[in-house]
Amino acid sequence: MTKSMKINLKVWRQRNADAVGNFADYTVDASPDMSFLEMFDVLNEQLIQNGLEPVAFDHDCREGICGMCSMVINGRPHGPKRGVTTCQLHMRSFKDGDTISVEPWRANAFPVVKDLSVNRSAFDRIISAGGFISTNTGNAVDANTILIQKEIADEAFKAATCIGCGACVSACKNASAMLFVGAKVTQLSLLPQGKPEKESRVVAMVNQMDAEGFGACTNTGACFAECPKQIPLSVISTLNREYLSAKLSGK
Amino acid sequence: MKLDSKIPKGSISDKWTQYRSSVSLVNPSNKRNLEIIVVGTGLAGASAASSLAELGYKVKAFCFQDSPRRAHSIAAQGGINAAKNYQNDGDSVYRLFYDTIKGGDYRSREANVHRLAEVSTSIIDQCVAQGVPFAREYGGTLSNRSFGGTQVQRTFYAAGQTGQQLLLGAYSGLERQVGLGNIKMYARHEMVEVVKIDGKAQGIIARNLITGELERHFGHAVLLCTGGYGNVFYLSTNAMGSNVTAAWKAHKAGAFFGNPCFTQIHPTCIPVSGHYQSKLTLMSESLRNDGRIWVPKIKDDTRNPNTIPEEERDYYLERRYPAFGNLVPRDIASRAAKERCDAGFGVGPSKMAVYLDFKHNLMYKYGQSEASKLGISNPDDDTLTRLGKAVVKEKYGNLFDMYKQITDEDPYEIPMRIYPAVHYTMGGLWVDYDLMTTVPGMYALGEANFSDHGANRLGASALMQGLADGYFVIPYTIGSYLSKEIHTKPISTDHEAFVAAEKFAADRISMLMEIQGTRSVESYHRELGLIMWNKCGMARNEQGLKEAIEEIKELRANFYKNVRIPGSINEFNPELDKAGRVADFLELGELMCVDALEREESCGGHFREEHQTEDGEALRNDDTHMYVSAWEHKENCQWELNKEALNYENIKIQQRSYK
Amino acid sequence: MKLFSFLFTSSIGRKILMSVTGLSLVAFLLVHCSINACIFFNDHGKTFNEAAAFMGNNWLIRTAEIGLFVGLLLHSFQGLYLWASNGQKRKQKYHSTPGNANSKWYSRSMGILGSLLLLFLVLHLSHFWVVSRFTDELSETGSNTLFHKMSLIFKSPVLVIVYVIGCISLAYHLLHGFQSGFQSLGFNHPLLNPIIKNFGIVFSLLIPLIFASMPIVMYLGWIK
Repeated sequence: MTKSMKINLKVWRQRNADAVGNFADYTVDASPDMSFLEMFDVLNEQLIQNGLEPVAFDHDCREGICGMCSMVINGRPHGPKRGVTTCQLHMRSFKDGDTISVEPWRANAFPVVKDLSVNRSAFDRIISAGGFISTNTGNAVDANTILIQKEIADEAFKAATCIGCGACVSACKNASAMLFVGAKVTQLSLLPQGKPEKESRVVAMVNQMDAEGFGACTNTGACFAECPKQIPLSVISTLNREYLSAKLSGK
Repeated sequence: MKLDSKIPKGSISDKWTQYRSSVSLVNPSNKRNLEIIVVGTGLAGASAASSLAELGYKVKAFCFQDSPRRAHSIAAQGGINAAKNYQNDGDSVYRLFYDTIKGGDYRSREANVHRLAEVSTSIIDQCVAQGVPFAREYGGTLSNRSFGGTQVQRTFYAAGQTGQQLLLGAYSGLERQVGLGNIKMYARHEMVEVVKIDGKAQGIIARNLITGELERHFGHAVLLCTGGYGNVFYLSTNAMGSNVTAAWKAHKAGAFFGNPCFTQIHPTCIPVSGHYQSKLTLMSESLRNDGRIWVPKIKDDTRNPNTIPEEERDYYLERRYPAFGNLVPRDIASRAAKERCDAGFGVGPSKMAVYLDFKHNLMYKYGQSEASKLGISNPDDDTLTRLGKAVVKEKYGNLFDMYKQITDEDPYEIPMRIYPAVHYTMGGLWVDYDLMTTVPGMYALGEANFSDHGANRLGASALMQGLADGYFVIPYTIGSYLSKEIHTKPISTDHEAFVAAEKFAADRISMLMEIQGTRSVESYHRELGLIMWNKCGMARNEQGLKEAIEEIKELRANFYKNVRIPGSINEFNPELDKAGRVADFLELGELMCVDALEREESCGGHFREEHQTEDGEALRNDDTHMYVSAWEHKENCQWELNKEALNYENIKIQQRSYK
Repeated sequence: MKLFSFLFTSSIGRKILMSVTGLSLVAFLLVHCSINACIFFNDHGKTFNEAAAFMGNNWLIRTAEIGLFVGLLLHSFQGLYLWASNGQKRKQKYHSTPGNANSKWYSRSMGILGSLLLLFLVLHLSHFWVVSRFTDELSETGSNTLFHKMSLIFKSPVLVIVYVIGCISLAYHLLHGFQSGFQSLGFNHPLLNPIIKNFGIVFSLLIPLIFASMPIVMYLGWIK
C-alpha cells in the first residue's frame, strides 16, 4: 500500500455570489496516487461525517476534457503542473505536510456560485455571438470535396482542443479571455469552411467579450503558461490580426 | 400493452427513403408555434436542439452542467464510424449495417440499424461543414483508422479527442441558435419530473441547481438525450454527474425500459488504484490498432514486463481469435482479460490488469517504416525506438500523456496496465422507429434509448448514433407526431398537471432532506456499485443476481432511513443533487438484475455463466430470447415484462465468431 | 473617422493603438540615440550640435515631431486607461499569487514602468527640449550649445542617478513592449518570430545602455 500524506488545506468558502467569503483550514489524509479532486472527496466525506457542509467545487469527467474543474491552487489555476487540469493533478505533486491554498477562479466575468464553483456562462455567450460556422443541418457537401492541407487541419485542431475551462482568464492579471476567443477564431478562420464569415465572426466575438467584462490582453503570456491544453499564444496574434483586418475592411 | 415498433414497410434499403418522403410534415408557420423541450446537450441533444431550431421549432434545452459544452460526449476518444468507403477497402452501408448487427450479437432492430448506417455518411459531411478538424492525409483528404469488430477502415477521428471535436461542433450549432433566439438554454438545470396531460408528455419540472427552485416548462414534445446509466456501477468511465434521473422519471411515468442489463464493459481502462478511486479512465480502443495485449505465461509473475522474453508471454487474444486478434469486439476482449486475471495471470499490484504493449509496433511497424523512408538500412534498436516513438506520439500522444499523468509510468517505455471497466449502456428507454417512447410525445435519443447496439456496441458507433438521431432522424420523425399537435395551444404551466408534478417533486426532495441520518450519499453509491460490479458485471449467474436483488432492496431501504444530506434545499447543493440521482440508481440497479435474471442466455455484454460454449464463448438462446425486453414499471419497483420480437429478414443469424 | 473609432472603443483596438504608437516611439528612440551618440566623437560636442541643429531646422522632422507627441500622448493616456480598467476586471483579488511562475514581472508591470518613464520624460523634456524649442537660452554654436547644457545637467549626481533609473525603466518597458507590439498587431511568422524576439532583446538592452552611459561618462568627465 502506498504511503499516506498529511495535507493542510486553506479553502475559500463563500455561501453564494453576494456573500463575503473567507478561508477555512482543514487537514486531510491523502495518498500520492489520489487525484486532487479525490482528495477533496475525502475532505467532503470527512466534513459530512462531522455534520459540516462539504465544499462545493465543479468537476465532471475527471479525465481532463470537459473543462468543468477549476480551482486556483497555491495561486495557480489547475495547480503547479503544466498542461494538466485539476482533475488530472495527482497528490504526488505535493509533499507530506504541505499547506495548500485553494481559491476559485476570480474575475468579474466569472461570479462565484458557491465556494470554489463559478459561473462561466460568459464563455457560452461569446460562442453564441459568433463562434460557429453558419451551416444548417443538411446543407453540407461531401466531406472530401474541399481538401484541406494537413498542416492547416492540424493547426486548426490544436486551437480547437480548448476545453473552455477559463484557466486563461483566471491566470491573467487583467482577467482577459483572449486565449479562449483566439482559439476559436483561429480554428474557424484557418478552415476553408469558416472563411466566408470570418470578419463578422471576429468582430461579434470581440464585442461580446468586451461586454462581458473581460480585460484587455497585455501579452504577459500567463494564460498560455497555465492553459491545461497548452493553446499557443499565436492564437491571440491571429485574433488581433483577424480583428484588425475585419475593422479595416469596415466591419 | 402491445409494443408497436412502427417499422415502415418495404425492403430494408428503401424503408428510410420511403419514410422520409411520406412522413407528415409541419408547415413552417405552424413550427413557430410548436415548442420542444430537449433534455441533455451531448451529441444527441445538441444536434437535435440545433437541427429542430433551424427548422423553426421553438426549443428549450436543459443540461445539468454549467455549460452545454461539457456533456460527457466530450470525453469520447477514438472516433466515429461512417460507411464512406474512402479507403476503397470494400465498405458499404450494408457492411456497416451487418457489422453493427453482428457486433450487437443479434439483439438490435434491423430497420433502425440500417437507417443508422445510411445516415452515417451525412454525419461526416455535416461535421466537416461545421469546422470539425478531423485528421487528414497529406493530400488533404480525410484520414481513417480501424476499430474493433470490423475489417475495414471506416473510423474518422481527431487525434484521441474525437468526441470533443464533434461535441464542440454540435455545441456551436446550438449556441448559434441560442444567439438567434430560437433556443432558450437552461444550464445547471436538472429534469426531475415529467408532466403528462391526457396521456401525452407535455412538459417537465426542472430544478435550478443554483437556487434549488423548481420550474415548470411546457413543451409539445419532450426529447430525452440524457446519455447512459453506467454510473449505477459507481466506478465507470462516465463523468461524475452522468445519471439516469431524467430517463428514470420518464420510465416511472410510463416509458418502458429496454434491455436494462445490456451494459458494455470496455476492455482497455486504467485499473483501480485505491479505495478512494472516484472514476475510471478509458484508454481508447484505437490503441488496440497498435498495442498488443498479453499476460505472462507463468502465474504471479512479478518481473518487469520488459524483461519477460517473447516466448514467456501469452498474447491471449491473438491466440484465441487469430482472425481479429487484438481487434475483437469489446465484450470479447473484456471477458478474455477477466478470464486470464481470474486464472491468476494478472499483473500489477492488484493482479487485476493485463499488459497493452506498444513496443512491437512502435519499433517494427512505425520505426522500420520511418527508417526506410529515411533510407537507413539496418537501423539499431535505439534508432527504431526513436523514430517509432515520434509516429506513436502523433497518433496517441494525448492518451499516453494522460496514462502517465494518472499512473506515473511512461507507456513509451513500459507496457500499459489495463483492465475492463463499465463504459456504455446499450439498454435504455424503449423507442419505436420514430424514437418515441411508450409515452406519446416523449422521445429518447442517443445512449438514452436502447435501439441500435443490441447486446454490445462496436467502437466508434456511439458518436455515430448520437449524431444520427439528432441531426438526421428526429427532424423527420418528430413531424409524424407534431403534425397532429398543431392545434394544441401552449398549455399554461398553472394547469393542475404541472402543479401536481411540481408538488410530487418537491415532496420527494423534502423527504430526502428530512432523513438526516448518518451515512453520506457517496457511501451508498459506492456500495451499490460494488454489488452491481460483482453480481451484475462482466459475468452473471442466477444465484448472484438473486442475491443482488435482495441486497439492493435492503440498501435502498437503508438509504431512505439513514442517508445524510447536508445543506438546504434552496441553494447550490451538489450533495442533494447527487442524492436524487443515487436514489434513482438504487431502483434501476434492481431492474438491471431482474432483467439479467430473466435473460437466460449469454449475448454480447450480457454473459450468464450458465450459458457458455465449451471454450467459454457466449451462447445465445435464439429460440427463446430473440426479443427486446421492455420493462413496464408498476407500483413500487415492480415491473412487468413486455417483449418486442426481433425479426431478421436481411441478415442470416449465426453464432458470432471472430476466430 | 468611424473607421478608426475601434482604436478607442474595443479591447483589441486599444491594444493595436498601443502597439502602433509604441513601435513608432521605438523608431524614434533609434533616431534619438543615434544623434546623442554623436557625443562619443568626443569633439566638444561639435558633431552632436550639428546633428541637433539639423533635427531642429528640418521642417520634415519638425512635422514628424508633432506626430511623435501625439503618439506619445496617445500611448500614455491609452496605457493609463488600460492599466486602470484592466485592474478593475477582478474586484476580488487572489490571496496567493503565483509570483513569476507563469509570467515575467516586467510584463505585468508595464503600467508602473510606463508611469515612471512618463515622470522621467517630463523632467527630461524640461531639461532639454523645452529649453531648446521655447527659450533663447541656447545657441547652435558658441559656448551655450545643447551639448553644454548636457554637461551642465550631468554635473549633478542626483540627476545622473535619476537618468540611469529612467533608462533601466526604459529597458524593462522595451523588453516586454517590443515583441508585445508585434504580437498585438497580429504579426506571427514561424521564421521571423525568433528574429523579432532576439532583436527585441538586443534592442531593449543596447539602446537604454547607450543612453545610460551618456550621463555617466559626462559626469565622470570622460567626454568633454
